[in-house]
Amino acid sequence: MTAGRFMGQAIARTEDPRLLTGRGRYIADVVVPGASDAAFLRSEVARGTIVGLDTEAARSAPGVRAVFTAADLNPRVHETSLAGLLEAPYPPKYCLAEKDVRFVGDPIAIVVAENRYLAEDAVELIEVDIDPQVPVLDVDAARDRDSDLVHPEVGTNTPMVIPLFDDPELEAAFAQAAHLVRDTVTMHRYVQVPMECRGIIADWNPHDKQLTVWSSTQSVHGVQAFLAGLLGIGTNQIRVLQPDVGGGFGQKTMLMRDEWAVVLAATLLGRPVRWIEDRRENLVAAAHARDEKMDLSMALDGDGTITAIRGEHIENIGAYQTMGSMGSGALVAPFLSNAYKVPKVGYANQAVYTNTCGKAPYRGPFLMYAVGIEQLMDTAARQIGIDPLELRRRNVIRTQDLPYTLPSTLCMDAITPAETLDQAASMIDYDGFRAEQAVARKQGRYLGIGIGLCVEPSAIAFGGLATEAAVVRMDHSGKVTVLLGSSSTGMSVTTTMKQVVAEHLGCAPEDISIVQGDTAATGYGAGTMGSRSAVLYGNAVAAASIELRSKLLDIAADALEAAVEDLDIDDGRVFVRGTATKGMKFAELGQLAYMGHDMLAPGMRPGLEAFHRYKAPPFTFSNACHICTCEVDVDTGRVTILRYVVSEDCGRMINPKVVEGQIFGGVVQGLGGVLYEHMIYDDDGNPLTSTFVDYLLPTACEVPTIEVGHIESPAANPLGVKGMGEGGAIASPAAVVNAVADALTPFGVTVSGSPLGPKQILDMIATAGH
Amino acid sequence: MREMALTLTVNGERFSRTVEVRRTLADFLRDDLCLTGTHLGCEHGVCGACTVLLDGDAVRSCLMFAVQADGAEVTTIEGLSKRDGGLTPIQAAFQAEHGLQCGYCTPGFVVSAHAFLAEHPNPSDEEIREALSGNLCRCTGYQGIIAAVKRAANTGVSS
Repeated sequence: MTAGRFMGQAIARTEDPRLLTGRGRYIADVVVPGASDAAFLRSEVARGTIVGLDTEAARSAPGVRAVFTAADLNPRVHETSLAGLLEAPYPPKYCLAEKDVRFVGDPIAIVVAENRYLAEDAVELIEVDIDPQVPVLDVDAARDRDSDLVHPEVGTNTPMVIPLFDDPELEAAFAQAAHLVRDTVTMHRYVQVPMECRGIIADWNPHDKQLTVWSSTQSVHGVQAFLAGLLGIGTNQIRVLQPDVGGGFGQKTMLMRDEWAVVLAATLLGRPVRWIEDRRENLVAAAHARDEKMDLSMALDGDGTITAIRGEHIENIGAYQTMGSMGSGALVAPFLSNAYKVPKVGYANQAVYTNTCGKAPYRGPFLMYAVGIEQLMDTAARQIGIDPLELRRRNVIRTQDLPYTLPSTLCMDAITPAETLDQAASMIDYDGFRAEQAVARKQGRYLGIGIGLCVEPSAIAFGGLATEAAVVRMDHSGKVTVLLGSSSTGMSVTTTMKQVVAEHLGCAPEDISIVQGDTAATGYGAGTMGSRSAVLYGNAVAAASIELRSKLLDIAADALEAAVEDLDIDDGRVFVRGTATKGMKFAELGQLAYMGHDMLAPGMRPGLEAFHRYKAPPFTFSNACHICTCEVDVDTGRVTILRYVVSEDCGRMINPKVVEGQIFGGVVQGLGGVLYEHMIYDDDGNPLTSTFVDYLLPTACEVPTIEVGHIESPAANPLGVKGMGEGGAIASPAAVVNAVADALTPFGVTVSGSPLGPKQILDMIATAGH
Repeated sequence: MREMALTLTVNGERFSRTVEVRRTLADFLRDDLCLTGTHLGCEHGVCGACTVLLDGDAVRSCLMFAVQADGAEVTTIEGLSKRDGGLTPIQAAFQAEHGLQCGYCTPGFVVSAHAFLAEHPNPSDEEIREALSGNLCRCTGYQGIIAAVKRAANTGVSS
């Protein structure tokens, strides 16, 4: 597609200069006069009864302003369910652990003190006695009828169940299959790990009954709505501000129980309370992700054409899931066929409580539709004896199949999975690699290649997620301010939205300011998550800019005594096309609109401001194909990624560098998850990976150079954009697992998902008898 | 809690303070001197977000007590760039290569890169990756960061 003057340009980010010079302002940098620091006493037992809790010594420790336990805070919790979520049982509204503890990290008491050092000193003085019980850790055991219950109040460990419906046609497809392929794909537990941990400052003013909250969040309006429910007060009594946020990746979409406690403590004290999470808390007690498995079956005919797929999906959602009780099933079910033409699909899901840290969304929380199916494709290819690239080519949705209606009745249009498959295969020289692989094997070197295709349901838009609003306002000097309900956590929203405004309004990005992350300044918005910013905010901003442009043209046409059709805008100036001198700068139009409004044409309202709330279709599909090559050292179990290519289609690009940055980050989170990151619990429910010494993140030494190819097929929305914040993380795990499995083919090992650390690889090779 | 007097130079300015002996250098810089560009990502010496220059060497300010910096010359991220808002060539390279997204790890990377390029003006790709491996980033997949350090090195700037 042709790039615009600003749209499609890889311009430098306007966020960068202050972030590069130490002038960013994150939650721990926010100074609120008189603020106290909070620290938590957390359970060191996965499941047990609190038989003693003595806070007396802590209360009288130096600098301590308050110690609160469940008895103080839990009765003040009004509502904790979230509007817009599916009906399901919710865990009890325990802000702090009340009679028992339900995971290691469960908050038991909050200490509020003069500073963090003194708060932590006082935590040490709290005496807690817990009678330990055998924790519920295994999802299969947890689903037994006689299992102990994580939340006895809920009455079940499976709060959300999607049953496998009887479907004679599906059964017939499996009965008639020429090839029946089965696999169980696991995704182990890992963590979002934003580089900045969570943090919140709450300031309740008891005199005017107003709460001001600064939150490291992905959604200021979400925080405001939640706190109104929690406290039983009006949203008009709450202002939420978002400072710079050091990454979220889903972990910061909703407030968690410890954050509720900080707000409740502030309301009890009538003075500001600040809590800055430390890394151990973030790894152990914030939220985890993945930890799921899927039993998969695929039926194929004699030509290798897929006729049916079935997936039975189990998710470990821990004790207190940020979404209440929901697993990802509702969003996996419709997309289980991923990028392929599959006539019949069956799906079942169970979300299971365990005595572990709760689950929160993580970049592509519903990714098992791709992670599972893409590994199943390779298993099928090996079983049938077809190359995995060829099997995909036979089944992938092609342009001539569009619009393609899925078995779930959702319709995919404007996607290019076949094109991205071909582009990625060409970029990595697929056939050339196969030849190289054959030579290497003869030399005792084990190389592999893996493909991960995905169609991403980006910009998921239903209920409160379906709309976003933009105000585009020009002041009397011709400068532009844009108000957005977004809460960027590093997604370059400021830069890209300036590009959209500049393109549609006809001024320089330097003359535009973006305001976001403040409920007092912006209209309701769901926030920055779900690959939705480009589609939702982009189209809202574009429409408001076009409306404002139209008003500028009308005012100028009257002032210049010209027809609107003869006018054009460039560089902050409206002018009569074909003339050099007949025109007006935005500043002059601003003066006219705000100061000289008596000179406006009859009926023309003063001021220069446009508002547009954009409603998106339920899904905007983007797609990508990842292919990587690796070498496995079969003596040490070490995997080295040799090359990594991505071909992606996010529609019209606003800024290619920003698009690529999103892909890079997602890919490295995916390969980090498969190869290095692993949140491990022991048999007693103790987390063993509570520091960065044990929980390994990929560094600059482990990551390959990632090569990106772009295919731009515009989406149906006015801007033609698609979301692509999550696709990098959705397609990468299967690509990496498939590459490792391909490398180990000569050993006849069965690779069934992740983790794939050295130990797992050596164990697999040993199990296969080598 | 025991306190000690300390005198040190930070970003060219001399400070004398009395601090608790247990106060980390990172907390001292951030809270006592209000230099909040130094970030805390793990407080156990792995992530590198708190990296500062101590007498020219890159160190983790979360792993040091403030009193250990008595008499030292410290440079934080705030001390690298000019006060008129101009970026150093390394900072400019980070912007040009989109070497940051959320920006939280960025001060640590920028300080580390300054120390590294000062000693290795012509690094190989492997040396760059090795030098940056003490800093963690979760947004960029390191692609833009590696490219930025390479760009800064290729244009012959070490400061």
